[in-house]
Amino acid sequence: MLYAVIVLLPLGAAIIAGLFGRLIGDRGANAVTCLAVIASAVLSIIGLAESVEGGSVERVVLFTWFESGSFTATWQLRIDALTGVMLVTVSGVSALVHVYSIGYMAHDPHKPRFMAYLSLFTFAMLSLVTADNLLQLFFGWEGVGLCSYLLIGFWYRRPAANAAAIKAFIVNRIGDFGFALGIMGVFLAFGAIDFDTIFGGAPALEGKTFSFLGLELDTLTTITFLLFLGAMGKSAQIGLHTWLPDAMEGPTPVSALIHAATMVTAGVFMVARLSPLFEYAPWTLAFVTVIGATTALMAATIGLVQNDIKRVIAYSTCSQLGYMFFAAGVSAYSAAIFHLFTHAFFKALLFLGSGAVIHAMADEQDMRKMGGLYRKLPVTYAVMWIGSLALAGVPIFAGFYSKDIILEAAFASASPVSGYAFWLGIGAAVLTAFYSWRVLFMTFHGAPRASAEVMAHAHEAPATMTAPLIVLALGAVLAGALAYEPLVGTESAFWGSALLVLPEHAVLEAAHHVPFWVKAAPTVVAVIGILAAWYMYIRSPATPARLAAAHPELYRFLLNKWYFDELYEVALVRPAKFVGYWLWRGGDGRVIDGFGPDGAAATIVRLARRASALQSGYLYHYAFAMLIGIALFVTWYIYRLGL
Amino acid sequence: MDPHALPALLPALPELWLCGAALALLMIGVFGGDRSTRPLCYLAIAALLVTFVLLLLGPEGRTVTFSGMFVVDPFGVFTKGLVLIGAMLAIVLSLGYIRHEGMERFEFPVLIVLATVGMLLMISANDLIALYLGLEMQSLALYVIAAFRRDSLRSTEAGLKYFVLGALASGMLLYGASLVYGFTGTTSFEDIARAVSVPGATDALGTLVGLVFILAGLAFKVSAVPFHMWTPDVYEGAPTPVTALFAVAPKVAAIGLFLRVMLEPFAALAGDWQQVIVVISIASMVLGALAAIRQTSIKRLMAYSSIGHMGYALIGLAAGSAEGVRGVLIYLAIYVVMNVGTFAVILCMRRGQGMVEDITELAGLSRTHPMLALAMTVFMFSLAGVPPLAGFFGKLYVFMAAIHAELYGLAVVGVVASVVGAYYYVRIVKLMYFDAPTDAFERPIRGEMAAVLVATGVLTALFFVYPAPLLAGAATAAAALVP
Repeated sequence: MLYAVIVLLPLGAAIIAGLFGRLIGDRGANAVTCLAVIASAVLSIIGLAESVEGGSVERVVLFTWFESGSFTATWQLRIDALTGVMLVTVSGVSALVHVYSIGYMAHDPHKPRFMAYLSLFTFAMLSLVTADNLLQLFFGWEGVGLCSYLLIGFWYRRPAANAAAIKAFIVNRIGDFGFALGIMGVFLAFGAIDFDTIFGGAPALEGKTFSFLGLELDTLTTITFLLFLGAMGKSAQIGLHTWLPDAMEGPTPVSALIHAATMVTAGVFMVARLSPLFEYAPWTLAFVTVIGATTALMAATIGLVQNDIKRVIAYSTCSQLGYMFFAAGVSAYSAAIFHLFTHAFFKALLFLGSGAVIHAMADEQDMRKMGGLYRKLPVTYAVMWIGSLALAGVPIFAGFYSKDIILEAAFASASPVSGYAFWLGIGAAVLTAFYSWRVLFMTFHGAPRASAEVMAHAHEAPATMTAPLIVLALGAVLAGALAYEPLVGTESAFWGSALLVLPEHAVLEAAHHVPFWVKAAPTVVAVIGILAAWYMYIRSPATPARLAAAHPELYRFLLNKWYFDELYEVALVRPAKFVGYWLWRGGDGRVIDGFGPDGAAATIVRLARRASALQSGYLYHYAFAMLIGIALFVTWYIYRLGL
Repeated sequence: MDPHALPALLPALPELWLCGAALALLMIGVFGGDRSTRPLCYLAIAALLVTFVLLLLGPEGRTVTFSGMFVVDPFGVFTKGLVLIGAMLAIVLSLGYIRHEGMERFEFPVLIVLATVGMLLMISANDLIALYLGLEMQSLALYVIAAFRRDSLRSTEAGLKYFVLGALASGMLLYGASLVYGFTGTTSFEDIARAVSVPGATDALGTLVGLVFILAGLAFKVSAVPFHMWTPDVYEGAPTPVTALFAVAPKVAAIGLFLRVMLEPFAALAGDWQQVIVVISIASMVLGALAAIRQTSIKRLMAYSSIGHMGYALIGLAAGSAEGVRGVLIYLAIYVVMNVGTFAVILCMRRGQGMVEDITELAGLSRTHPMLALAMTVFMFSLAGVPPLAGFFGKLYVFMAAIHAELYGLAVVGVVASVVGAYYYVRIVKLMYFDAPTDAFERPIRGEMAAVLVATGVLTALFFVYPAPLLAGAATAAAALVP
């Protein structure tokens, strides 16, 4: 029951704030949604304690959703360690973001709508992580997608926001198409979509094939591959990542909650949740590893040169998600979830911190127009440091523990692509440290580049904004150290049966015994990155421009985000538009409208003109018509009766 | 029967009374002059009302008198009742008009009463001779009424056109009657029925050709295509209250006569004449729907509307069943109510300088005269056949009859035509509610107009609440015609 309350509280709040927002006013909407989500968060922590004690999978049956022939889908919550961690992460960050939004959105005229969307998102995300079958998972999956769409386009008067919202929706559609196919494939292969049946049946299907269009395909590999496509879309992995940076058009709390801490990690969660399937599909795991590692490096390189503070952090998110995926790809699911957990804190912190900066700078997001803010925004400055330290993986901070274990697992893994993942991960770590400090230095240090007027108005955020920042900062410092032993420790029985790792894939034990240089490498490269940033943005600020001038192609390649958008524009968008335009003009316009409504109407008008023209006004015409009529009828009878 | 004995007069009491009343009114008019026009109108209404009462008090069941020339039956009672109501309302509607437009001449009510006598005789005709006499009596009075505004070019033109074409139609009718007489040897409906019911006894083709000519004459009176051409010009040219009269009373009488002629003497030939009726019906519905679209004068529009509506009514005749006849009678009753209401609105379209007839003059009526616009909306939607208004049920019953008679094509064309026709009705609603208002019409709306509008509007809008009396009456009347 406790878990049902956790999931349903935000829904209730969303309904109240969304439908009765005018009735209860801004304050009412704020209070209802914040209290509901905070209650949810508190209950989640209690629930986590309980579920860890229990150690087994608990189920809360709510109702039967579908029953059609051999197909049944029950709405029930699946509670195990994985769900517990996700519940705490989602509802915790969501609660902080709700509180933060009170301050951040204070001047917005549509606060109740915003809060309602946030709560609705929380509900969808919670139902995603508590799903006990694939359909329920899909419901939450699409629910968060919808809320993401609504929130990216929250400022619907901005064309850029609308475009970004639609882009996010459409790119996700591609992934979700794969996901939906995967679910259907699961039903085809297992005859059911609830997790217990699937997980129980997976070993039997290992190595089985099915035939499609004359191709013999491995069943599990195909299914997991399709499901992973969904994860790629939702978690912005290379190829389907283009929507995430654009999604920064939404209000910053949205970026923190949805596009950093929770929704985008749904793909990682899904892979971990379905580990009993993925474990039997080694090819898919290798694919996951390659995609994750490539994304980690690709996004980090783009992050180096972006000037929009939120975009840098967005690419950073993309990159960190890549870490999580390659951890999952080498079967270190617990490490992936561990990183997901710590990342939620420090990435939400960075986003909310940058939100505080944007708030202070009168909605300016370009770092080239910032600088020298540390005196004006001491709290924000401090927490941004903490967040960056955690992100870069500097010891004692949260990211250090989780990133270390991921890289160690990648090093220790026997997977054929583990070396690729490890070295790309190390490379991305340097870049991560570099761009994190680039943000810090460009924003807070140096001479102010904003106008004097803006600088005069720059002020520390109100308490509703700084309090969540401080809580998150505590998390960013402590989450790694505290959660390390239970989540990825060798002796830990935390996960119980939530994650499945085949003995031949077991990697965590080995990860704890890698050579020292592997353990030290992330820290060392982080320091190198930080020093490089210090050199280029504090010591010798002319260097970046000189470098960019020396390697113009490379610079443009990175600045234009590896030309993904341009490539898609040429390869997909334009042809699609062309076909669409053609179908619209030719198919719909000429054929459907032409012969349908428009054609019929035009015919009627033409006939009407002729019909009125019959009425000439001349008496003899009228008499003639009568005689013709009678002649026709008489002729008809003569013909019919055969004279 | 003793040929020298006086025939039973009682069954014809309503007609006899109305004849006498018409002559009395004429006398009053002759001695009172044009000043007596107004009282004469009231007296005419009273006379029609008395006729209506006498009609209801008449014999039940079927009675024949005047040597079998004249028949009284429930079908006749129902149809005559509608005619009388239509005529009465037409006089009521004209009260204001004849005063404002300088048409206060005492012949006006007298002619309407005489025309009504003709209509009643038509409906009761049980013989080709009686049919012709009734028809001509009605027509002659109506020719004069159409041209009643002698000083108006359009009115006289309308009267002349109506007269010439009417004469042509009468000629056709007479010719057809003589052919039928020639081939069957009788003019009595019962004897014709007996003659044609025996296959091979008469020359089928000759009789049929005669029937076609009779049919043409009748189709002219109901303004069915292709004998409709006079309608728009006469509707437009005649004074508006006269148009209102034309739109209801003679139409009802002519359809009544049409039904009787087709279903009594020529019932045995139903398989043959049905085809012609189907063609006429389709042509009327389609032309009524199409030609009305481009009209700018509301009166011309109503002319095409009535052509279309007669097409729908003929669907019931084409079905040839009791259900079909019932459908036609329900249709006619509803048609009378809707049309009287619509013409009441049209007669309210006057400004300081006189009547206006252009459809665009209705623009923004919802803001200048909200109640008038509401009433017009009800009538327009009803004419278009939008549920749950009365006009929908009128169409429903004839379409049902057509379906049961397996005339699917006819029903489909009817539905399609009513969709096309809905355009011009709804366009008027659009004009009234969405276009910028023009100057307001003259206020206040006369009391009797308001009363007619309220009564017809309520009947149209709320018919579905209690349709039983009309349905039962129509069913009884239909049973009398088609056993």
